[in-house]
Amino acid sequence: MKGKTAILEGSRAVAEAVRACRPDVISVYPITPQTHILEDLARFVSSGQLKSQFVRADSEFSAASIVYGASAAGARAYTASASQGLLLMNEVIYAMASTRLPVVLTAVNRAISAPITIQPDHQDTMSLRDTGALQIHVESLQEAYDAHVQSFRIAEDPEVLLPIFICMDGWVLSHSYEPVTVFPDEAISEFAGTFQPVQKLDPAKPLTYGSYADQDVLMEYRYALMLAQEKAREKIRSVTKEYKEVFGHFDGDLIDTHRTEDAEIILVAMGSMVSTIRAAVDELRAEGRKVGLVKVRTFRPFPEEEIIKACGKAPLIAVLDKSLSVNTGGILATEIKAAFYGNPVQPVIVPFMAGLGGKEVNRRVIKEIVDIACRAGDKQGPRGDTIWMGLDHGFFS
Amino acid sequence: MLVELRIHGRGGQGSVAMAEMIAGAAFAEGKFAQAFPYLGGGGERRGAPVQAYARISDSPIKLREKIEEPDLVIVQDPSIMEMVDVLAGLKPGGILLINSEEPIKVSRDDIRTFFVPAGKIAIETLGRPIMNTALIGALSRITGLVGIDTVEEAVRSKFPKEIAEKNILAVRKAYEQVGGAA
Repeated sequence: MKGKTAILEGSRAVAEAVRACRPDVISVYPITPQTHILEDLARFVSSGQLKSQFVRADSEFSAASIVYGASAAGARAYTASASQGLLLMNEVIYAMASTRLPVVLTAVNRAISAPITIQPDHQDTMSLRDTGALQIHVESLQEAYDAHVQSFRIAEDPEVLLPIFICMDGWVLSHSYEPVTVFPDEAISEFAGTFQPVQKLDPAKPLTYGSYADQDVLMEYRYALMLAQEKAREKIRSVTKEYKEVFGHFDGDLIDTHRTEDAEIILVAMGSMVSTIRAAVDELRAEGRKVGLVKVRTFRPFPEEEIIKACGKAPLIAVLDKSLSVNTGGILATEIKAAFYGNPVQPVIVPFMAGLGGKEVNRRVIKEIVDIACRAGDKQGPRGDTIWMGLDHGFFS
Repeated sequence: MLVELRIHGRGGQGSVAMAEMIAGAAFAEGKFAQAFPYLGGGGERRGAPVQAYARISDSPIKLREKIEEPDLVIVQDPSIMEMVDVLAGLKPGGILLINSEEPIKVSRDDIRTFFVPAGKIAIETLGRPIMNTALIGALSRITGLVGIDTVEEAVRSKFPKEIAEKNILAVRKAYEQVGGAA
C-alpha cells in the first residue's frame, strides 16, 4: 500500500499510529522525553480527529490505573511514559499483566535517577522486564510507527492478552526528525481491528479483577504469563508478516539480522544504536572484516532460538548493553549467555556496557568494541567481565 | 554525499525548528535528511545555550551518532561564542555562518565565514528576534544545499499562513543580504 512520506518528529510518528488505531481511552501523565506524544494526542482529541476519552491523571500511577480500569471494562487503552514515570507505574503494570489487560504503552527510554538526568538508556524498561508485559525495542521512527500499529493486534489477541511496551530511545528517536511513511488512517484502522475482550467489567454480569488468591493458584498465575508470552511469539511473527504483506514494511519480527552470513564476530544490541551499528558493520565489511549484527527486537518474549540460529557458527559475540543489573553486568548480555547455555556451538560472549547514561556509542566506539572483542576472544574466555566503554576511571580517584 | 551541520542558539530561538526546516527542504528536493536536538544540561531551557543538528544525504541515513565534525556551523546568537567553542570539530574548508551585522574575527583561517544580519531582518519582518528562517535563507544562498524555493515551501508548511509569509520575507532578505568570504 502506498503511504505519504514526510519528515516527522518521532513522537509525532507514534501519535499518528496511535490515532489511526483508535484507542477508546488514553491516559498519559507528562514526563520528558515522552511529553510530545501526549501533546500530539491531546491535539488530535481536541480537534476531533481522534474520538478517544482523554483522561487527565495526577501521576503515572494514576494514569496506569486509569488505563487498567478502562481495559478491564473492555476498552482499547493506551498510555505512555518514561524513566521515573515507568517506575511509578511498576506496581500497576504487574497487576495489568496478571489480570491479562492488553494495554499498549509507549516507553520513551530514559535513564533512572539519581543523579537526575534526561539522557537515554534502557534502565527504565529493564526494571519492568519481569512484570509479564511484552517489550518491543525499535531502531527508527518508521519502525516506531509500524510497531505501534502492530502492537494492538499482538496484545489484544485472545491467546496473548498482555500489556505491551513499545520501547524507543528518548531524544535519539522521540525528538529526531526523519522521513516516515504514514498510511491512510482507514487502512491502519482496518489492520488494527477492534478490541474484542473475552470478558469485561459489566454491571449486568458482575465479576472481580484482582481478587485474593493463595498458594494453590498463585504460581499458576505466573506460569500462565509464561504461556501467554509463548503465544505472543507466534503472534508477533504472524502480525509482522501480515503487516509486511499489507504495507510493505518489515523491521524484523523477534529479531532482525544484518550481514550475519559467514560472520566471525556478531554484535548484539537493541534500540536506536542498532542503526549506527548497521553503518559501522558496512564500513568494517568494506575493509574485509567479517562482522555481523543481530538486533534483538523483542526483549520479551526473549528470542533465544532466533538469536542462536542467527549467530550460526560465529565463534565470537559482542553484546552491547544500555542497562545494568548491579553486581552482575549488562542485562541483555546476561540473557544472551543464558540462551547459549547447553548449545552445541559455544561462542565466546563478550559483554560491553555501551550507552549507559547516554554515553556516546558512535562508529568509532563500535569499531573499538569489535577490536576489543577480537582480542578478548583469543584469551579471555567466556567468563570475561563486562567491558565499560568510555568509563572515566579518574572519577573514582 | 553526506553533509552534517550544527546550529548554535539559545533555548527559545528555534534551533531545533531550524534543523527540522532544513531537513524538510532537503527532503522535498529528493534527498534524505535527519534533524535532532542536543542532549544535556537538563534540557532546553529558555536562554540557555543549545545545539541542534541535521544530516543531508543522497542515500538513506542510518547514523544516529552525534555530529562531532560538522561541515557547516550556524550561530544564531554570537554572544554564545564567548562561552561555547562554536568552531569545535568544524572540518577544514567548512562553513561558518553567523548572525551578525558586522564581521566578527574568528580564530581559524581554514574555514569560510559568512555573516548575515538575521536578527535585524527578523525584527523588521516578524517584529521579534527569531532569526532561524532568515539564517536558512542565508544558508541557501551560500551553500545551495537547499534551494530558496524549497526553503520557502518548508517555511510555508511549518507556520500558519500569515506568520509564514513574514518568515518567507525574512528568508528572502537574508538571501540577498548575506556577506563574507567569497
